[in-house]
Amino acid sequence: MKCLVTGGNVKVLGKAVHALSRIGDELYLEPLEDGLSLRTVNSSRSAYACFVLAPLFFQQYQAITPGQDLLRCKILMKSFLSVFRSLAMLEKTVEKCCISLNGRSSCLVVQLHCKYGVRKTHNLSFQDCESLQAVFDPASCPHMLRAPARVLGEAVLPFPPALAEVTLGIGRGRRVILRSYQEEEEADSTVKAMMTEMSIGEEDFQQLQAQEGVAVTFCLKEFRGLLSFAESANLNLSIHFDAPGRPAIFTIKDSLLDGHFVLATLSETDPHSKDLGSQELHQPVPQLQDYSTSHLDDFANDDIDSYMIAMETTVGSEGSRVLPSVSLSPVRQLSHSPDPHSEEDEAEPSTVPGTPPPKKFRSLFFGSILAPVHSPQGPSPVLAEDSEGEG
Amino acid sequence: MPLLTQHIQDENDQYSLVASLDNVRNLSTILKAIHFREHATCFATKNGIKVTVENAKCVQANAFIQAGIFQEFTVQEESVTFRINLTVLLDCLSIFGSNPMPGTLTALRMCYQGYGYPLMLFLEEGGVVTVCKINTQEPEETLDFDFCSTNVINKIILQSEGLREAFSELDMTSEVLQITMSPNKPYFRLSTFGNAGSSHLDYPKDSDLMEAFHCNQTQVNRYKISLLKPSTKALVLSCKVSIRTDNRGFLSLQYMIRNEDGQICFVEYYCCPDEEVPESES
Repeated sequence: MKCLVTGGNVKVLGKAVHALSRIGDELYLEPLEDGLSLRTVNSSRSAYACFVLAPLFFQQYQAITPGQDLLRCKILMKSFLSVFRSLAMLEKTVEKCCISLNGRSSCLVVQLHCKYGVRKTHNLSFQDCESLQAVFDPASCPHMLRAPARVLGEAVLPFPPALAEVTLGIGRGRRVILRSYQEEEEADSTVKAMMTEMSIGEEDFQQLQAQEGVAVTFCLKEFRGLLSFAESANLNLSIHFDAPGRPAIFTIKDSLLDGHFVLATLSETDPHSKDLGSQELHQPVPQLQDYSTSHLDDFANDDIDSYMIAMETTVGSEGSRVLPSVSLSPVRQLSHSPDPHSEEDEAEPSTVPGTPPPKKFRSLFFGSILAPVHSPQGPSPVLAEDSEGEG
Repeated sequence: MPLLTQHIQDENDQYSLVASLDNVRNLSTILKAIHFREHATCFATKNGIKVTVENAKCVQANAFIQAGIFQEFTVQEESVTFRINLTVLLDCLSIFGSNPMPGTLTALRMCYQGYGYPLMLFLEEGGVVTVCKINTQEPEETLDFDFCSTNVINKIILQSEGLREAFSELDMTSEVLQITMSPNKPYFRLSTFGNAGSSHLDYPKDSDLMEAFHCNQTQVNRYKISLLKPSTKALVLSCKVSIRTDNRGFLSLQYMIRNEDGQICFVEYYCCPDEEVPESES
């Protein structure tokens, strides 16, 4: 693999790496026919990000070196980030960036051609890896909004830097509301007494396809990373989301690149997080309970592989919109108590012991293109719950 | 100059060193460039003051503040030597703040009576005078690197701008910084070998950053990165840097620093090389 990035695109690449570095510790680099993909997933697998830089993005793009197998690699995010650490420097001094992956030398070579003929060569050691692929489909999300990244970027600006999660919802008069999320126990403490809420009018959105009352809560740090990238590239950001607990999908696209961020959303439906702006938002959409009682338990009892197959074959169908529950919040247990399968529900926590009770991010589901069947049984690693610290 | 308006010649006689300066930053800036250890040894002769800081018997930094930088500079003896806590000295020199308001200058008068006496600092800004007394210590013998210009094999003068970023971004997971100087390609190369892999930074000899390039034979030497990293302080202040290696692989880095009044001062770092370079990696 060999590709050459020139001019302002070097900074775009750098920005993309910065956005990815907010999520994962490892970067999956995969040269594809339709572009170079940069992917990462966080350690708890509750956030996934992917950029695909189209061949047009590069001055020269060669996915496969003749006579060599297609290579993909995994490198430490930290080491790749160090190459692009200073964006100001990239802009000021770097004229060209050449990335090549060579099986023989078993290192990823990133060469920066700088002003005054100075040349920086980084030989980064890498690991072979499988392709990282999250299973998600924006089309299956019933709610969608699209706005220039700037609009959303300005909206998250007032949130305190330490804030972990933010709730996005549709309030009265179809205004889009972003509000700082607080856990119940934290809300009482005086330290976190401040609640920030931003409300954006429908007219600022290019598309707003969601009814009043829907809301999801996701991590702000990753969201900020994507926003900062999208803002600098002056792109529109689309947010696809579903019921709480289902992943929210953030996409950006232009002719040279596209980006997908998939973030887990909080699955708990405790009244505290839901009542956005007192009466502004209604309680969760009623249908959620309708289908969750009918399908959820079936899926919950299946192992991950069959679930993933279901995901891939029944995309868009009602069933695919329901994730298996790996942990039970008290509220959920209540809602299930009339259900005949509730016994199985109660048995479940034993398979995933020690999950932090108050905050529940569902992990996303990842399959491998090469070997989709690689998590046999038992508490599958891909089902690891987000730990509270990483939120 | 409003500082200490009347001082009699007799008063000066009792001090072995008297130096005054209209702008204390002309001194403090240079001292900051070598401030990587707590203590420094000061040598004063009629030519000026040399301040030396050493670490691990492997690296030595010298700051030269020539007599011409001072508005008044008298040394009674042939040479005056004392050791002082550099951190304390720098704190005192910036006692009116390290970033003064534009247009206001802190003036300094520095007196040293001799062995066993404290170093006296009179600092004045806007009519306010602060007197500091810093205890001096027994001077320690400093290293002699015996770096002689006749033994210099390779010499490069670079505009500091070109090295600044390189030094600030050094991969500190690498134990060593390897410097290659050669009359042939790669001419001048800085390499690190860190956890993430290796990095090389090449400067062509015809680069606009290169003020002078006199390399006679290929030398590849390694220096402890932890010892060289502090020289970044001098690098960021300097406008040019001269990089020399001698026949033993000893490294001399000379930094040309222009002060706020446009005068030139020099800071010099010496560093001895690390163990022999393994054949395979050179």
